[in-house]
Amino acid sequence: MTEVAAGERPAPARATPVLEARRRRGGSGIGRTISRASFVTVASLVFAGLGLAWWAATRFSLVQPIFLPSPASVGSRLLFLASDGTMATDLGASLYRIAIGFLIASALAIPIGVLIGTFTTWEAAIEPLVDFIRYMPVVAFVPLSILWMGTGDGQKFLIIFIGTFFQQVLMVMDNVKRVPADFIGLGRTLGLPDRKILTRIVVPCALPGIWDTLRISLGWAWTWLVLAELVAATSGLGYRITVSQRYFQTNTIIGYILLLGGLGLVTDQAMKAAEAVLFRYAKRGRS
Amino acid sequence: MSEPKLRIRGLNKSFRAGKIRTQALRDITIDLGQNEFVSLVGSSGCGKSTLLSIVAGLQDPDSGDMAIDGSPIEAPGLDRGVVFQSYTLLPWLTAQRNIEFALRAAGHAAPERRRIARDHLDLVQLGHCANLYPGELSGGMKQRVAIARALSYRPKMLLMDEPFGALDALTRQQMQELLTEIWDKHRLTVLFVTHDVEEAIYLSDRIVVMGIGPGRVTATFDVPIPRPRPVEVLESGMFLDLQRKVLRAIRESSKRLEPV
Ligand SMILES: Nc1ncnc2c1ncn2[C@@H]1O[C@H](COP(=O)(O)OP(=O)(O)OP(=O)(O)O)[C@@H](O)[C@H]1O
Ligand SMILES: [Mg+2]
Repeated sequence: MTEVAAGERPAPARATPVLEARRRRGGSGIGRTISRASFVTVASLVFAGLGLAWWAATRFSLVQPIFLPSPASVGSRLLFLASDGTMATDLGASLYRIAIGFLIASALAIPIGVLIGTFTTWEAAIEPLVDFIRYMPVVAFVPLSILWMGTGDGQKFLIIFIGTFFQQVLMVMDNVKRVPADFIGLGRTLGLPDRKILTRIVVPCALPGIWDTLRISLGWAWTWLVLAELVAATSGLGYRITVSQRYFQTNTIIGYILLLGGLGLVTDQAMKAAEAVLFRYAKRGRS
Repeated sequence: MSEPKLRIRGLNKSFRAGKIRTQALRDITIDLGQNEFVSLVGSSGCGKSTLLSIVAGLQDPDSGDMAIDGSPIEAPGLDRGVVFQSYTLLPWLTAQRNIEFALRAAGHAAPERRRIARDHLDLVQLGHCANLYPGELSGGMKQRVAIARALSYRPKMLLMDEPFGALDALTRQQMQELLTEIWDKHRLTVLFVTHDVEEAIYLSDRIVVMGIGPGRVTATFDVPIPRPRPVEVLESGMFLDLQRKVLRAIRESSKRLEPV
């Protein structure tokens, strides 16, 4: 016993220089973070690298322009669509649809998720049903939604709703269930009624998680919107992509796909920035 | 004989896991006098936390009676302040607001809440941390805020479940002194769960040893060490002797009775 202890003692001393050497090399490892500047640099390099590969592929005619137009062609096409107002109209239609569809889904999913995350009876009533519907393929609802609602905005709202609502409900339920039992115990020892425990403890505690749920599901909402617009629409980003396919305008298609990616990236970053402001306390570590 | 502060009579509690029922507490009977400091010790799994949360009103017993000042305990309430092992400070509220949160529940008006919360932060020597969030406080500081919060609404009793378990030795010692001071000043009655026998003796008037399988009271020791108790008492013969006895009692009572 004593021998083992004695044998073990020098071990940390030997381990330290190794760790230090690692740190000096500035390498990345599990649990190690890199500076914000390096993070941005690495991310930009990846984008630049892919852009360069694209440029090279078209510059040296490795692919036909009809399949993959050059970055310059896509760029000038986007500029043209922006200047003649087409892009603004398409964007306006799509943003309106996603805003309304996503708001309806979220406004219903949050209270229902909180309810079934808190009360087991409600969970029994709703959770299995939601789970059942959740596994039905959203795409299969597209023809049905057209039969029900035509090809107007209502049908787009419906597809966005079907695609996001059921996932959101389950994720919000999960956010709520993660509220530590002791927090609820605290509320009870303070003599708070269930309603106040819900509004003053459960909801504020689950809020950062719910915000995250919204951020993630907003990404899916974009997918379902474009899908709905591809199939049946007379305006919007997805509609423009379908029309362009008809005229072999690959540069418009790729331009709009990039635009959609950019929109996703921007909204995601915006929501993350808002999160950092709204939930400042959480960033400083959890209690 | 005067009415005890807390009276527990013939308390039983069992849990069902699948088809198997295990008895966690059997026939627990304990009295706590006014301003008495009682520690519960016993090996892991003997039901200390379960007993505490039943007294807090967070769990229901299968049978048995409990009363505070003669009135039966039926639900959680502001007459019992609970300090959980996990601090349970609400992370979205500052230290000050965490205390105000409890005072609001207790029905105090806003200006009064601010003043009382401030006073209690000062009491635990954290006046300068009023505007910090729990994430910015160390473990010991969090625990002090939690104690300040539990005291702020003047409960008759304090129920504490291994409150200092996660603290380093020095902070722990400071917290023990602080708790003794507050207990004395506010004439509190405290039920304190710990698995540290030294801590139990240093703090308590009486120690209740619980045995396992099922959880039951197996021994009770009075602590005849006069107060105030300077740190040096930890080395005194009387202290060490008592510590040995309590440890032996725990060891003997952690042999299971019979399979239930
Ligand atoms: N919610 C529960 N469901 C099932 N069994 C439980 C539950 N809570 C406690 N038990 C059982 O009751 C017994 C007592 O548990 P308890 O947490 O009260 O022990 P403890 O004395 O506080 O232990 P420790 O010192 O490790 O904290 C254990 O055997 C535990 O498995
Ligand atoms: Mg315990």
